[in-house]
Amino acid sequence: MDETREGTAAQPAQEETGGPISVTGSSPEIVADDTTDDLKIVMGDFDGPLDLLLHLIRQEQVNIYDIPVARIADEYLRYLQVMQELDIAVAGDFLVMAATLIELKTRMLLPRDPFAAPEEEEDPRKDLVDQLLEYQKYKAAAQMLWSRATVERAVFKRAEIETDKTNPEVSVGLFDLLKVFQEILARHKEEVLLEIEREEISMAEMIERLRNMVMSAGELNLRVFFERAQSRRELVVAFLSVLELVRTTEIRLMQKETFGDIVAKVAS
Amino acid sequence: MSEESTDIKIEQPLDQAALNEEAAKELEAMVAAETTDAEAQDSSDAGTIYQVQSSAERAGIIEALIFVSEEPISAKTIAELLREERSVIDEALAELSKEFNGRNGGLQLREVAGGWQFATRPEYHEHVRAFLRSRPSAKLSIASLETLAVIAYKQPVTVPEILEIRGVQSPSSIKTLLDKKLIVAKGRKDTVGRPMMYGTSKEFLMQFGLKDLSELPSMEDFQDLAGGG
Repeated sequence: MDETREGTAAQPAQEETGGPISVTGSSPEIVADDTTDDLKIVMGDFDGPLDLLLHLIRQEQVNIYDIPVARIADEYLRYLQVMQELDIAVAGDFLVMAATLIELKTRMLLPRDPFAAPEEEEDPRKDLVDQLLEYQKYKAAAQMLWSRATVERAVFKRAEIETDKTNPEVSVGLFDLLKVFQEILARHKEEVLLEIEREEISMAEMIERLRNMVMSAGELNLRVFFERAQSRRELVVAFLSVLELVRTTEIRLMQKETFGDIVAKVAS
Repeated sequence: MSEESTDIKIEQPLDQAALNEEAAKELEAMVAAETTDAEAQDSSDAGTIYQVQSSAERAGIIEALIFVSEEPISAKTIAELLREERSVIDEALAELSKEFNGRNGGLQLREVAGGWQFATRPEYHEHVRAFLRSRPSAKLSIASLETLAVIAYKQPVTVPEILEIRGVQSPSSIKTLLDKKLIVAKGRKDTVGRPMMYGTSKEFLMQFGLKDLSELPSMEDFQDLAGGG
């Protein structure tokens, strides 16, 4: 953990000494080559109009609190033009910023209201500067997250230990399931003589019945489910439907105590 | 499922059931023997949690629990399990982590996402990775990281609010972050359009090695940085 903290603490310090605010390449993944004029290299790296604007401000080495709007706006439009020439689809957000810049440029050209009190007169660039400063903070925060994630990726945790929770199927063996089935089957052998009417139920219907019973209550004692079966055949279908739903992992079987009742639960 | 295939499926296991019945009888004796064993074990299992005798034993138990716990285990959980005061456990944890991390070994005992966890030291990642034959997981894009930063610091925050700060739409970033379970929906904001609000998840704390959100550097730190230019 100490390494992590040192890592994040060191980064801003570096930036402070490294001259003006770091804007592009806020993530070290991007190595923006500022020395070359080749626009294509940096083109795709702009993450939005604010990102591009910050880059231009840095590139032109101007004060963020006193942006020469005309120069920056021209530069910005030039970038957009290159983007279009390169056939990069210019996102709408970039165009909105272009409009904002043009509007600002126009307003900066207009003479100031000579009758307005100096305090009342707000710099038309204020909103944009605030937005840029705010964005810049989050860009720095994103960089901090990046370095944290990089350290974290080098940290490994213990692999999963197999428990009954991670492997619930183990807790009820096929034998346990069979045992319940046999018990009920034995009981049915005696009752089968009384059966007069046979109601045929299909596998699909039985699966549906089981599903409904498990879903409605969240869990279902298999004894209850098997005892609902009216005939030997139905019982077999019921048993198969349990196997089927376990196979498709829709339900899982649990046994709270050895030789206790087997409970079907909705698999989470 | 067609009717035909249903019938086949039923007929087959009928014989199987008869066979299994035979097998069941054969195995019954074995089961009977097993039952007594299992029951004896059951009774011993209940109530094995006895009062901790010494602080060394307490530290040992805590260490073992942290090791087996899949997710970072909280001091509260440990306290409940050991039936001890939270303050006692906190103290023991502090002592244990000091002792353990003082070793400067290949493992670290660290506090993350509101719990305690053993993990390898990042310095040794190359060898660990070579052994596990794992490659570093996919990195988040800058757009996603920025979106995540906004969500982490402004949560709960809506998509329009994120747009306002980043100046660009971020639907795909939000989807990526949701897919990676780094953020979660936190309900809808009571405003026009009732937009969904997002916040960071426990997974976020784990993936970024954070104890809790308060461990994030404050926004003012970034402000100084921005203003210093």
